[in-house]
Amino acid sequence: MSTATTTAPRARATGTYVTYAVLALLAVVYVMPFLIQVATSFKTEADAAANPLSLVPSTATAEAYRTLFSDSPLPTWFANSVIVTLVVTTGRVLFCSMAGYALARVPFRGRALAFAVLVAIMAVPNVVLLIPKFLVINQLAIYDSYAGLIIPLLADASAVFIMKGFFESIPASVEEAARIDGAGTFRIFWSVVLPMARPAVMTVIILSFQASWNELNHFIVASQDPGLFTLTKGVAQLASGALSQGTQYPLKLAAALLMTLPVALVFFVFQKRIVNTTTGAVKE
Amino acid sequence: MLPVVVLLGLFLVAPVLMALWVSVSDWRGNGSPFGGDVGFVGLENYRQILAGGGLAERDFGTSLRNNLFYVVLVVPLQTMIALLLAVLVTRRSLRGRGFFRTAFYFPSVTSSVAITVLWLFLFSTTGVVNKILGWFGLNGPAWFQDPRGVLHLLLGAVGVDRAPAALGENGFLGITWWDWVAGPSVAMSAFVLMAVFTTSGTFMLLFIAALNNIGDEIEEAGLIDGANAWQRFRFVTLPMLRPTLFTVLTLGLIGTWQVFDQIYTGTQGGPAKTTLTPAYLSFQSAFVNQQWGQGAAIAFVLFAIIVVLTLVQRWVLSEDRGSRGERARADAVRAGVTARQQGGGVAGGAA
Repeated sequence: MSTATTTAPRARATGTYVTYAVLALLAVVYVMPFLIQVATSFKTEADAAANPLSLVPSTATAEAYRTLFSDSPLPTWFANSVIVTLVVTTGRVLFCSMAGYALARVPFRGRALAFAVLVAIMAVPNVVLLIPKFLVINQLAIYDSYAGLIIPLLADASAVFIMKGFFESIPASVEEAARIDGAGTFRIFWSVVLPMARPAVMTVIILSFQASWNELNHFIVASQDPGLFTLTKGVAQLASGALSQGTQYPLKLAAALLMTLPVALVFFVFQKRIVNTTTGAVKE
Repeated sequence: MLPVVVLLGLFLVAPVLMALWVSVSDWRGNGSPFGGDVGFVGLENYRQILAGGGLAERDFGTSLRNNLFYVVLVVPLQTMIALLLAVLVTRRSLRGRGFFRTAFYFPSVTSSVAITVLWLFLFSTTGVVNKILGWFGLNGPAWFQDPRGVLHLLLGAVGVDRAPAALGENGFLGITWWDWVAGPSVAMSAFVLMAVFTTSGTFMLLFIAALNNIGDEIEEAGLIDGANAWQRFRFVTLPMLRPTLFTVLTLGLIGTWQVFDQIYTGTQGGPAKTTLTPAYLSFQSAFVNQQWGQGAAIAFVLFAIIVVLTLVQRWVLSEDRGSRGERARADAVRAGVTARQQGGGVAGGAA
């Protein structure tokens, strides 16, 4: 192990064992709930109540999944979540990178003010905006429509912030060269700067994907039509017993698991980047 | 830039102005709030929730009490656990670092709805938690059905099971002082644990970044001076973490006053209104009971509470809290975290 010079090697070793023991215990606490969730989704209801802790169903059954896919609106919820997430993520990348570039590089009247407004907006707590959002959506007559679900989420102040920070780190000389070649502002942005911003764009894509896939309260105030339910809203209804008799834990946990899979997949693929994002997005 | 200014203006600035109007109007959800038949009622809606003497005031008082205990428990717990996790996984000789970071961070990426569903199962009467408590001979409560206040339970254990006259007769915001000190209900405590479970990973990342920036040399300087591990942490590392600590506390404070998704999914404010929060009450008053004026008034009072507390905290912790550069970095980090919390609502909530 380590060759400590100032601390007694034995004390060092003991410290290391303690660290591993504590970490292992904590890891069990953090991981176990999800393993139990997977196992329970394959149990019968009686089995789930009798042996909540066991990681192996006494008789494995995919009944919960069969019910969810054939006798519940879950496929509709899933489709709606996919539609909303794809459009919102694409929109955010486009709009927020353009806005970030304008704030970083394009001199225009009121730029400082626009930036100040942006920072102020990030400080407004989300739940304070539930009623205000509904009022505007209602006023624009886009309540209970895909437009109402999607358009208000298309711009995101913190994504603009991330993109602006990145564009500022690109040396201005690159753009000057393009300008001398006769390229206009949009062309410089689109063909020169944006391709260089891949790391920041990836960060915005990942964050937007997670945020819009997991979004709940905006959808609550923007619609009531069951045909427009997303997974978050649908599963929340399921949890409060709208669809079911009895506890139905296997069914509910299976639904929760299905909605977790896409974000989990993205998380494991981009793990390194996500875990480093917090500083990476700023400094890179 | 223009589309973003238009979108944010349309869906953030204009809405707030419209809601301000609703909070001083008698609109009940029929037709447009800007129609001719909607009247101006001044501060009546605010009076109803702050000094009305009726149900609206009692509900608001109850929701503030519930959320206050939630904040007081969650913020220190999540900060300490996040710091502990960060210190453990940044140890130099650690193997399997990636695995541990992933394990601790994973709950932060899942949606608040999915986690709440899982929590309802884990903390059900015959659930996992009670099973484990059973190993130690303990009889677990019916968590999400149990409205008893934890502090009342503790007082009951030492023989105080009734309000002393001074506390039982007087009160604030429609509930007696005795009820103010009930503590979080057993049901709310389960939500407290859930918040710690889902946000400690996010804040762990902030602490890891800060610890990596501090670097090894300073630690080593302490080592040469003969300081033991705890002294090195307490007198070398911790002071250098001040800006990050400030960020984590601020984000925690803002996030924990916005408890909504969990309540909507899990308990709808029950049992006996002990998980009612101002955010959920605002939603319920407006969208369910059609008391739009009161709902909007609650939202603005909540906003004011968050702003005031953030300013107070900034003022308390402001003494030499780092150079401009450090502050700018902290602001930027905050942007990243806010982006991540937007959807979850778990703050740190989620948010």
